[in-house]
Formats: sequence, structure tokens, C-alpha cells
Amino acid sequence: MTFPILSVIVFTPIVAGAFILLFPAERKTEVRVTALAAATFALLLSIWVYFSYDSSAAGYQFQESYSWLPALGIGYHVGVDGMSTPLVLLTGVVMFTGVLISWGIEDRPREFFAFLFILASGVFGVFVALDLFQLFFFYEIAVFPMYLLIAIWGWIKTREYAAMKLTLYLFIGSVVSLVGALAMYWTMYQNTGILTFDMLQLEQANFSEQFQILWFPFVFLGFAVLGGIWPFHNWSPDGHVAAPTAVSMFHAGVLMKLGAFAALRVGIMLLPLGAQHWSGWLMALAGIAVVYGAFIAFMQDDMKYMIGFSSVSHMGLVMLGLSTLNTNGLTGAGVQMFSHGVMTALFFAVTGMIYDRAHTRQISELGGMAKIMPFAMVGFIIGGLVSMGMPGFSGFVAEFPIFMGVWEINPWVAIIASISIVITAAYIMRNIRDVFFRPMPENLEGHITDVNILDKVAIVTVCLLMVVIGLAPSIMVPMVQTGVENILRLLGGV
Amino acid sequence: MDFINNYLLSLILFLPTLVALVIFFLPKDEMKLIRWTALVGSLFPFALSLVLWFSFNSNVEGFQFEEKYIWYEAINSTFHLGVDGLSLTMVLLTTFLTPLAILASFGITDRVKAYMMLFLFLEMGMLGVFMSLDLLIFFVFWEIGLVPMYFLINQWGSANRDYASLKFMIYTMGGSLGLLLAVQMLGVVFGTYDLLSLYELWPNATSLANLPAWLNVTTVKTVAFWAFTIAFAVKVPLWPFHTWLPDAHTEAPTAGSMILAGVLLKLGAYGFLRLILPLYPEQAQTFAGALAFLATAAIVFGAFAAYGQTDFKRLVAYSSVNHMGFVVLGIAAAAAASGTVHATIALNGAILQMFNHGLSAAGMFFLVGVIYERTHTRDLSKFGGLFPLVPVYGGILIFTSMASLGLPGLNGFISEFLVVRGAWPILTTYTAISMLGLLFTGAYILKGVKNVLHGPMNEHWAHGEHKLTEINFREIVVMAPLMVLILWIGVWPAWILDVINKAVVYLF
Repeated sequence: MTFPILSVIVFTPIVAGAFILLFPAERKTEVRVTALAAATFALLLSIWVYFSYDSSAAGYQFQESYSWLPALGIGYHVGVDGMSTPLVLLTGVVMFTGVLISWGIEDRPREFFAFLFILASGVFGVFVALDLFQLFFFYEIAVFPMYLLIAIWGWIKTREYAAMKLTLYLFIGSVVSLVGALAMYWTMYQNTGILTFDMLQLEQANFSEQFQILWFPFVFLGFAVLGGIWPFHNWSPDGHVAAPTAVSMFHAGVLMKLGAFAALRVGIMLLPLGAQHWSGWLMALAGIAVVYGAFIAFMQDDMKYMIGFSSVSHMGLVMLGLSTLNTNGLTGAGVQMFSHGVMTALFFAVTGMIYDRAHTRQISELGGMAKIMPFAMVGFIIGGLVSMGMPGFSGFVAEFPIFMGVWEINPWVAIIASISIVITAAYIMRNIRDVFFRPMPENLEGHITDVNILDKVAIVTVCLLMVVIGLAPSIMVPMVQTGVENILRLLGGV
Repeated sequence: MDFINNYLLSLILFLPTLVALVIFFLPKDEMKLIRWTALVGSLFPFALSLVLWFSFNSNVEGFQFEEKYIWYEAINSTFHLGVDGLSLTMVLLTTFLTPLAILASFGITDRVKAYMMLFLFLEMGMLGVFMSLDLLIFFVFWEIGLVPMYFLINQWGSANRDYASLKFMIYTMGGSLGLLLAVQMLGVVFGTYDLLSLYELWPNATSLANLPAWLNVTTVKTVAFWAFTIAFAVKVPLWPFHTWLPDAHTEAPTAGSMILAGVLLKLGAYGFLRLILPLYPEQAQTFAGALAFLATAAIVFGAFAAYGQTDFKRLVAYSSVNHMGFVVLGIAAAAAASGTVHATIALNGAILQMFNHGLSAAGMFFLVGVIYERTHTRDLSKFGGLFPLVPVYGGILIFTSMASLGLPGLNGFISEFLVVRGAWPILTTYTAISMLGLLFTGAYILKGVKNVLHGPMNEHWAHGEHKLTEINFREIVVMAPLMVLILWIGVWPAWILDVINKAVVYLF
């Protein structure tokens, strides 16, 4: 039997979380060290998976399959393809950097890390799930700790409101998807007599076109709520703002990808005819999100709201890529999920560092950070360049094929969506200038200290990823392409 | 030697980055060490481009020293480099001006390390544009250069730098948005970004593969032509897209202005020559009149605006609008009557004018910087009669101004003469108006010289703590190579025109 590497990745965080809970509450250092050890372990394993994934063989690799409730056709089936492998790596990276950034949490770190790790397990679980039931299972596991993390450790002014809003939105979304999933399950049973949640079998189900057109919007939009699709994005910036730093990183960096990924895996891959029918509408929603998110971000004075709305805009690009249903668009969407994940994790990390010191996130009340925290400045600038889609960084590598894909479908959407690039440049450059370079306000003078070594490690890790992918796209793009080929095969093209 | 010859372009392109990385690891308080590392480091690309210049065979058609590496396989874009006579001239100009600009920045004491690193990154960005033979790589370098320039203006500029740097960034990014979209469109249609293939495919394309069927090929070509044109017109800058330039130039640190005027503006003109003329011959011919109109407007309004300035640096900045107008006039003439001998002459003039303006504008901005550093003002009314105080500086200023004015015997005359000679039979009216504009070129340059050097002496600068000091040795070292080249090309232009002319004949 081969080493069940994916299962180990999925269960490492949750086991570590349970283990952490055994410590006495006042042994904070031990808790943190254990958390860091577990996160490092998961990161190393996900790097291992990333580099041993065989792009030439493509398909689902590292598969493990056990039956769990055979009477209902529910199994435990995991495996990764070219689409999900980068996302597993992304989760490993965000988990690792999230722990580093949260080192300074003094308020019940034991419970904090435990919940954070349950969340991480849920996320890993969704990315590797090949069983629909299991996917939902892990999906809920990922959403639930968010509520506690925000409500307990969040920003005191809005945490209850935001936690409630976020949880309600996401639960409603997942319930809507679940209805669609159950419809697939029963229809499959009626058609073939097989009771199964296994997605590899559901892919072969050949649902009728009518069925797919009816259920696609439920399944896709239900998940896409978590991906921040306009007009259901409203929970997301509020959630970002209220969440503690590491949770914001997880939330924007990974959770929103979870929504987009599940919408792709369950919506587009299982109901390809439905996807083709509705793709024009999806493209319209995504195009609005891209431009609208950028405009709203431009208007924000709170750094976290700005980044939150920029995430809406960038996730709009992912949705835009998905809605093209062609090679370029889907490939770009896959890379953009990774690129935006590390970029926005970096943004929230740096914003958290600034907030911890200045106790404000209002751009108009900040200034002069560059001299005191040069490391954070460089990190934020690199993140900003990625966000603007500057060539040489991962954002460009991702956005360029998305736009190419959109060109093939509807040039007008490409032209309108491209406006967001300039708006993004404007608010990012303005933010860099105001927060880092203008003279520091007097009330902050003397209160700001440089970031510590752990923060620096976190910043360097994500910056390196963005630069390396930007300069050498072939590290990631061919892998994503193998995943895309599989999707296109299901869509019946090429 | 084989290694150098095989990878000559990559070496020239990436050596500046390598030097920047070396500087990154130097201690930040060792300012002297950092400055000298940057200067010596930037001389290597210059030395290599001299090697390039002399081993380049101008009698062979097409691109030389080609290199091709895998870059972005998924969308079929390769890292394809190569030079012909046109790009060779620009590469030489860039690697020649960068060490001078770095030497000119030895007076910078604030965060020298970051400053020098940004400068070297900037050099890489500009060189990349001139060398790339892949449309996507072209765009990559085109945009990358913005970032270091933005920070150079934003961090080391003068009072109004925030406004100027953001305006520069947003203007140029906004301008290249159309270019980005058009590049994507070409990639979708042909599945390749290789310029040599696109030269063949795009002008002859009669249908648009992979695009929605309702798109009309003629319309798309016209729109894409204007998308390219606007991106490059912003950079040149062509009237009415020039308004970012006076602000950016005025606020940038001296060396930043030197590079901005010396090389960055050439990127726009280079885009016209490298991309628009070969990719859109028909559209360029159709709209040559419009281009010529814009160029004439730039020449005339640029001259008027320069004459109206009271800020010395702004005056020089507007002179760039005026001079670059001639480059575009030459290009418009070539577009209108491609293949004729007049077009060839006009193009020769345009390309030589790019090189010449690089020399004289860099010199002028440096000289403005020299006096600004001493007086902390650029207000022309605050100077006056300074010649007796600083005779050497005065002499150099007059010499460089005359080159800018187009005095026969200096380089500006040759190129402007070639442009108007070539453009006259093709675009007679516009050329005639432009030549009237030359009159005002003389007026504003003489106004600048008069207000600084002649007239009643402003006693403020003659005595005491404000006493104006003479141009120092380092500053003369910066100016000397520029002056030598200005005179050399003015007296004997054949060595460079030969290379340019052969490239023009092969290309168009």
C-alpha cells in the first residue's frame, strides 16, 4: 500500500488541533510551536505532492478510495488533478504563513489555533474530495469555524454582525447547492440504478440537457457565493474586515477559492451542458464583479475594506475565466486562483501588521510606514504589482489568458473588464503612497516598531512564489492545463 | 568569447539586474561603494553593446544575435530577442546614457541603494523593449519599466512629485490598456506572439480565427491600429496626450529626467517603427494625415508652450514635445508613401532624431539639474547674467542649447533636415507648418539661454553664501561624452546613418 499522502495532509491540521487542545491554556509557547510544526509538516507534504504530480500522465493522482456508507453510495475518495494540486499547495502556504503571522495572539491562542486548524482541514478536504458527499462534509467543516474565529477573535466593532452575515450567506449557499447535488444523486439512481456520490461516476451520468439547465444555477451559484460572485459578494468584505489577520488570510486566500473550485468541480464538471447554457449570464455577472469591485475598492478608506473589494474584483476574474469554458480562460482562472490566494494573503498579513502597531486601518490616518517597516513595504508593493497585473509577476501570467479566453467569446466584455486594471493601479498606488511614504501622523510617532523575523519569513515566502511564477510560468501553467483538458473533455469540446 | 557572442543580448539585458542584486547585498551606509558599483556595473552593458555594435553586420537583412527560449508555452509566447539596425541604435543609446545618468546621480544621498537598484531595473526594462521580437515580451518590458520610474519620481522627486508620479503611472498604464487588449486579440487569432510571424500574418489577414464571427476584420484592424497608436502616442508624447510629460519631467530627479527624455520617450517612437508600420501598413497609410496633424500640433504647440514657461525645467520638458514631433512627422511621411525614396529619407531622419534628441535632451536636463542643485530654484526670472560667474557652465549650456535648436554642424540639424527633406514632397502643408514651428524652437531656446546667462546680472548669486559655484569635474565628465557625440554626429553622421539607413531599407 502506498503512503496515503492526501489523507495525511487533510487530517494533519485537525489532529494537531485536537492535540493542541490537550495543552493547558497558559502554555502558550508550546501551543504555538506545535501549531507551527504541524503547519510546516502540512506545507512540506503539499510541496511534495505538487512536485511529484505527474503532469504528463495528467488525470487524478494520489487517489485513495474507501467505502464509508456503501448502502447510500457514500465513500471516502480523494485525489488531485491539475486544477486542485496548486490549490493544495496554496492552502499549505497560507496555513504556514497564517501561523507565523498569528504568533502574537495573546487571547486564548490554544483555541484559536485549534479552530484555525479545523478550518484548514476542511479546506484541504474540499480540494482533494472526489466524492460529492465528502465534499459537502468538508465544506461545512471549513465554514463553521469561521463563525467562531470571527465572533471571538474578530474586530470588536463589527464581529458579531459580520460573523452572522457570513455564516448565513454561506449556509444558504451551500444548502442551495446541496439540493442540486441531491437532485443529481437521485436522478443518477433513477437512470442507472446506481446509488453513488462518487464524482468520477457522476461525471459519466449523462444527465439530460433539461435537467442540467434546471439545476446548474442552483449548484453553481450556491458555491459561487463563497467565491464572492456579484451580487452575492456582500458578506465577503464585511467578513474580511471583522476577521483577525490569519483568518482574513485564510478567508480571502483560500476560502474564496473553495467556492470557485467547488462551483467548477460540481457545477461545471458535473453539469457541463448546463454550464454551456448559462455561460453568458455567468460572464455578465463576473464582468460586473470585476469592474464594480474595483470601483468600490477605489472608494474605500479602510485598508481591509479596500482589499476585500479588490478580492471581489479579482475573484470576478476567476469567474470570468470559468465562464469562458475554453482552454485559455479556464487555465487563467486556475492560475489566478493561486495567484490571488497568495497575493491577498500577503495583503491581509501586511495590513494586520500595520493595524497591530497603529491600531487603525484608515488610510487617511496612516503614513510613513516605509522607514520603520521596510520589509512590509516591499511585500506590499510586490503584492500591489501582482494585483495590478504587472508583467513579471504571477497576476499577469494569470490574467492574460483569462482575457484571451474572453476575447474568444465576447470582445466587449474583455474591453470593459480591462478598465479594472487601471482603477486597480490607481487605488493600489495611492494606498502605497499614503500608508508607506507620506510623513507619519504625529500621534503614531514613536509607537510603530518593525515587523519581527516570523513576519519576515511569511512575507518572503509568498513574495517569492509570486515572482517565481511571474518569471517562469511553466512551473505552474502546464499542470493547470492538464486539469483544464479534463474539464474540456467533459464539456464535449476538443 | 563564444559564450559572449552567443548570449550577447541576454547579457546586455540582464547584467543591470545582476548588478542591482549585487548592490542589494552591499551595506546601505557605504554610499560611495554603492555608487561606484552601480557606475562600473552599468559600464559593462555599455562595453558589451559596443561589442554588439562592431560585430553587427549591417549588410545582412533581418535580425541578428537572435536568441529564443521557452517562456510561456501555454499561450505560445517565447522569449525571443534580436536586433536590427533600428534597435541596435536604441540599445546603444540606452546603455550609453545610463552610466552618465548614474554618474549624474552621485549627488543623491537619500537611500542611495534603493535609488541605484531602481535605476538599473529601469535600464533592463528599456533594453528589453528594444530587443524583444515577441509581442508579449515587448509588452512585459514595456510595462515593467513604469514601476522603477514611478518610484524614482515618487521618492526622489521635487515638491509636487506625488501628483506627477501618479499621473505618469495612470496615464501610461491607461494608454497601454488598448495595446494590451490588441496584443491579446492578436494572440487569440494567430496563436503566436512571435513578431516575425505576425509581420507576415497580420497585414494579410482576411479573417479572424477564434474570434466571434460578428467581428468585421477591417473594423478590428482599424480599432487595433488606434489602440497601438494611442499607447505609443502617450509615450512619445504626441499632442494631445502629452500632459503627463511636463509634470513628470519637472518633478523627477535630474537623472530620472535624463533617462525619461533620453530613452523612455524613444520607446513610444520605437513602437511606431517596430510595430505599427510593419503590422498596420494599410491603416498607417490611411491615417498618415491624422498622424502628421498630431505631429505638427506637437511641434507647434510644444514650441509655444515651451516659450511660455517660467520654469527652466518645464521649458526643456516642452521642448521634448516639440522635438519628438519631428520623429512622428517622419514616421507619418513614411506611412503615407511607404517604399519611396522620400519615405526612406524621412525615416532615416526620424530614427537619427530619436538618437539625437536622446543626447541633447539628456544634456539639457542635466544642465538644468546642475544649476538647480546650486540655486534650489528653476525659476527663469530668478537667474540672469550668470555667464561671468560660471563661464564654463555657460559655454556648455550654449553648446547643448544650440544642438537642441538645430544649429548646422551639430547633430540636431542633420536629423531635422532629413525629416523635413523626406516629408516635404509627401506632406507639404504639414511640413511647411512644422518648419515655421522651428522658428519658435529657436525663440524658446534663446529665451532660456538669455534668461539664465545674459542680461543684467542677478547680484543675489554673485556674493556670500549664495555665490554660484562653477560646474565641477564630475559634472563635466557627464557632459563631455554627450558633447563629443553631438559634435561628431553633427560633423560626420555617416557612421550611424549607414546602420540606420540599411535597417530602414530592409524594413520598409
